[in-house]
Amino acid sequence: MHTSEKEMAERIKTISGVNTRKCMKCGKCSGTCPSFHEMDIHPHEFIAMVEKGQIEKLLKSTSIWMCLSCFACVERCPRGVEPAKIIEAVRLSVIRQQGANHLAPTKIPELLDENLPQQAIVSAFRKYSK
Amino acid sequence: MQRIGVFICWCGSNIANTVDVKAVAQALSHEPGVVYSTDYQYMCSEAGQNIVKDAIKNYELTGVVICACSPRMHEATFRKMAGAAGLNPYMLEVANIREQCSWIHKDKVEGTQKAIILGRTAIAKVNLNAPLTAGESPVTKRALVIGGGIAGIQTALDIADAGFEVDIVEKEPTIGGKMTQLDKTFPTLDCAACILTPKMVDVAQNDKIKIYSYSEVKSVKGFVGNFTVQINKKARYVKEDVCTGCGICTEKCPQKKVSNEFNLGMNNRSAIYIPFAQAVPKIATIDANSCTMLKTGKCGVCAKVCTAKAIDYTQKDEIVEEKYGAIVVATGFNPIKLDNYGEYAYDQSPDVVTSLEFERLMNAAGPTNGVLLRPSDGEHPKTIVFVQCVGSRDTTGCGKTYCSKICCMYTAKHAMLVREKYPDTEVYVFYIDVRTPGKNFDEFYRRAVEDYGVHYIKGMVGKVAPSGSKLMVQASDLLENDQMNIAADMVVLAAAIEPDKTARSLATMLTASMDTNDFFTEAHPKLRPVESPTAGVYLSGVCQGPKDIPETVAQAGAAASKVIGLLVKDKLMCNPFVAHSNELMCNGCSACEKVCPYGAITYSDKEFKMPNRTIAVRRVASVNPAVCQGCGACTVACPSGAMDLNGFSNNQIMAEVDAICR
Repeated sequence: MHTSEKEMAERIKTISGVNTRKCMKCGKCSGTCPSFHEMDIHPHEFIAMVEKGQIEKLLKSTSIWMCLSCFACVERCPRGVEPAKIIEAVRLSVIRQQGANHLAPTKIPELLDENLPQQAIVSAFRKYSK
Repeated sequence: MQRIGVFICWCGSNIANTVDVKAVAQALSHEPGVVYSTDYQYMCSEAGQNIVKDAIKNYELTGVVICACSPRMHEATFRKMAGAAGLNPYMLEVANIREQCSWIHKDKVEGTQKAIILGRTAIAKVNLNAPLTAGESPVTKRALVIGGGIAGIQTALDIADAGFEVDIVEKEPTIGGKMTQLDKTFPTLDCAACILTPKMVDVAQNDKIKIYSYSEVKSVKGFVGNFTVQINKKARYVKEDVCTGCGICTEKCPQKKVSNEFNLGMNNRSAIYIPFAQAVPKIATIDANSCTMLKTGKCGVCAKVCTAKAIDYTQKDEIVEEKYGAIVVATGFNPIKLDNYGEYAYDQSPDVVTSLEFERLMNAAGPTNGVLLRPSDGEHPKTIVFVQCVGSRDTTGCGKTYCSKICCMYTAKHAMLVREKYPDTEVYVFYIDVRTPGKNFDEFYRRAVEDYGVHYIKGMVGKVAPSGSKLMVQASDLLENDQMNIAADMVVLAAAIEPDKTARSLATMLTASMDTNDFFTEAHPKLRPVESPTAGVYLSGVCQGPKDIPETVAQAGAAASKVIGLLVKDKLMCNPFVAHSNELMCNGCSACEKVCPYGAITYSDKEFKMPNRTIAVRRVASVNPAVCQGCGACTVACPSGAMDLNGFSNNQIMAEVDAICR
């Protein structure tokens, strides 16, 4: 089933619990972000783009892998917008896409490593095999 | 039985288009007590009023119902008219068939039906109306101004100018307030002291004004026109009437390591001190927490050097009681504490300062004698970063939700002055929005950018990290979609302003209401901006909301004119819609006294005749009609039904409800 960008934006807001309308566009999130220069789309842009419903670009953004989840932006945002939670929600939407499995069960034996904790394998199944 | 006249207004077409006025007049003529019923195009016009006046005489009316616009519009007009025709004004009621009927309905049948119901409701009330007479109370022709900053000073000068006596109570040793600490004032850049100190001298020399410096209000009793206030004159250990302000004591005092609050702790003063050269009154004050003599009994240097013999180590706090007709609150503001903003490193580096501290660093009477030097090493800063909205517009609970209003302008001023005095300094201002409405304000800000080359950057500073002698500022530049890193020498934080901490306890004493930010609430946000909802209490300056000096002075004058308007009256007409207690029904529970927001209800023991010629003493409530504002809270709280409101009695309201439901 195809989901529209607008619906995806709503889902990201629901997953994150963030009200993007509270943003007053001060840019303190991007001012405080230690990964700013590694990102193609910056924390303050995430908020604006979710608000506008431009989700496709965010899903392809490298920023979701560069965010350290240090929560400095959440801590310092004067309006309580919590940008890191939006980035986390976008990241989860990419990781947990149906049918876009990154790991097939048949591939597991060859990947197994003695030092790999069993829990990591179980987690990998949970994440990818839906 | 009343003889009631009913008058239906068309209001041109406003009412007549949706309400069949003739049918309403016809229907209401059959209501109990109605002896006359008519309609007219404009009831409020002179011709319309004459119809009512004539009917009052010709039909010997004892009550009048006007079915017209909202009573907020013309009730006063019609009551005045009734009074002129010889009827008690409070025997007239207005039924609102415009705002609450014709304007909100489209269907004429429905509108007419509702107008009839509203009309018969008012008739039911008038049937139970009794003539009311507003009482009178005398006025003490003297005003109290609490707070001696520019707001209090201007209010006091204006009241005194009209010939009334004014007392100023100021908690600090000198009047002048925050403005004494400022360097220059926007948008004209005239020096704050140059325009303020002459006013302070005017206050000192005005024989109508009395200054209670180093004093605080301890209690307030009474009501509009009749306040009794206790003022605590804190012991300053110096005889006020003897001290000449020569300052020898402050030079000779061996305890010189006391943090100087006038310079916000950026240098030290002696234990006996005069806050600054132009202080009013210019009297020394001993800081009891730092004075060696008062703490250990060993020193006494100031007493030895004082040629006027003004030092008195045995002085005690003194309570003075004064009577006033009006009270003006002018308690002012302070910058907020920055404990919640660790990211700006205010606690980590002395080179991160608040804007008020920056004022002192630029001021000729400041700790650096007006030369801009870094507090850490005394070097000239070459790169300065100004951060706006530190703690303002913050909904997370760390700061204040409101815009502090003055920061955009004083930051533009600071940036401009730095570039003027030290053109080799790079100045950055990080802003969320630049808010500069006001006469010549935006032009002023643009001058900072265009003529002085201040770098205004849209974005917020994320963090400040001290590194060696530098302050590493990391901030966003939203228009460039970039993150900037600036190695700054100084960072100046535009801290939000908040009402002075003494305001809340004062509001309780005055029974004046405050908002969630502890700003005093005005009686009406647009139409009564300098009056508190509590009669006789007026508001001046930042205690009511953030504002700059021109606005404060304008408001101070407005508050003074309201005070003068009160003090010129010999007697005050009281509100006739006051509560009264039926002492026979009162059970003495105090419920009404607890809910009364104006402190109008008191309890006393009274003797009552009981069966068999016995006498019982019972505790009963009584209402001071001069204080009661007629809010009706007590009538609801009273469990025994002893409290009732004149003009809005329980019987009248029940009759209205019955008339609607009929």
